[in-house]
Amino acid sequence: MDMLQVSVWRGGASGAYRIYEVPRQESQSVLDVVTYIQRNIDPTLSYRFACRVGMCGACAMTVNGVARWTCRTHVSKVVKGNAIEIAPLANLPVVKDLVTDMRGFFDKWARALGRFIPSATRKDDFARVASDSPERVAANAGIECIGCGVCYASCDVVSWNPDYLGPAALNRAWTLVNDVRDGARRERLAAVAGDAGCHACHTHLSCSERCPKNIAPTASIAGLKRAVAIAALKGEL
Amino acid sequence: MNGVEQGFAAKPMGADARAKIETWLWIAQRASAALLALCVLVHLATIIYAVRHGLSGAAILGRTRGNDAWLAFYSLYVFAIAVHAPIGLRTLCQEWLGWRDASLNWVIGAIALALFIFGLRAGWAVFAS
Repeated sequence: MDMLQVSVWRGGASGAYRIYEVPRQESQSVLDVVTYIQRNIDPTLSYRFACRVGMCGACAMTVNGVARWTCRTHVSKVVKGNAIEIAPLANLPVVKDLVTDMRGFFDKWARALGRFIPSATRKDDFARVASDSPERVAANAGIECIGCGVCYASCDVVSWNPDYLGPAALNRAWTLVNDVRDGARRERLAAVAGDAGCHACHTHLSCSERCPKNIAPTASIAGLKRAVAIAALKGEL
Repeated sequence: MNGVEQGFAAKPMGADARAKIETWLWIAQRASAALLALCVLVHLATIIYAVRHGLSGAAILGRTRGNDAWLAFYSLYVFAIAVHAPIGLRTLCQEWLGWRDASLNWVIGAIALALFIFGLRAGWAVFAS
């Protein structure tokens, strides 16, 4: 039977790679490999997953140096010879082994005002939003984010500036800026402006390249730059 | 009271003012870049023309001396540089050196002023000398 040589990060911020031999199987995902190690070789290995079908965003890891969702990444796509290197996501503190502390990532969604703030009450009639309106089309383009953190781990600006809100939080803000039912446009634009916000983006496009849901956060951030600039010119910021 | 206040509670004081300043710096850098795109083209064309036609220093000075149009053009060019370059340098210092406190803004302001003054002085020199 073919065997994979799998280097897995063990430890916290300091630690080392340990090599495991895992049987190669057909249609094997990287998450299958990690699960095999934990169930058959070393039960002390820590990692995170939930849905296994690309919906929950829990299982993102660094595979051969690239952030990926491991449940939907086939071994055949990433294996080099018979070797794979698996590490925790970059740009986040490591709790243990392949588990990162995602608090900073989600705190930034809150800082970017990444939640819907209604402008109407339940006494009002339903909002009618045309599905082909430019705002709805722009919101739809970014709405499928599963919060896996792949973009955040891939972003150079996050690694340079730990305060930078990052692609996921800014993408979320952009979907809300385009939600005509939302009542906090000005506050949100102020929250995402500045050197920790959309203006820090260097358009390297790593987030858009690596997003497993094929979202283009770079385009969302560019939209925010335009919206913030227009608000500033109108004196609304 | 729709929960917006709750969002602000997590942000440091003066965040709104900072957001406004950063946005205007961004707009200023983009606008000056648009100006520079034009100015650099004219400047390069001038250099190529002068070299191709073998103009001497004296011949160039003969054309720029007392010429309001050239003085206006190079003053505009210098202004665009003095706006554009320091803002970019500020971002570089923030991202590469981690230099983010108020001292950076003073140094960058001084560099902007120096670029503007020395640039204008050079422009004035070929106009008035």
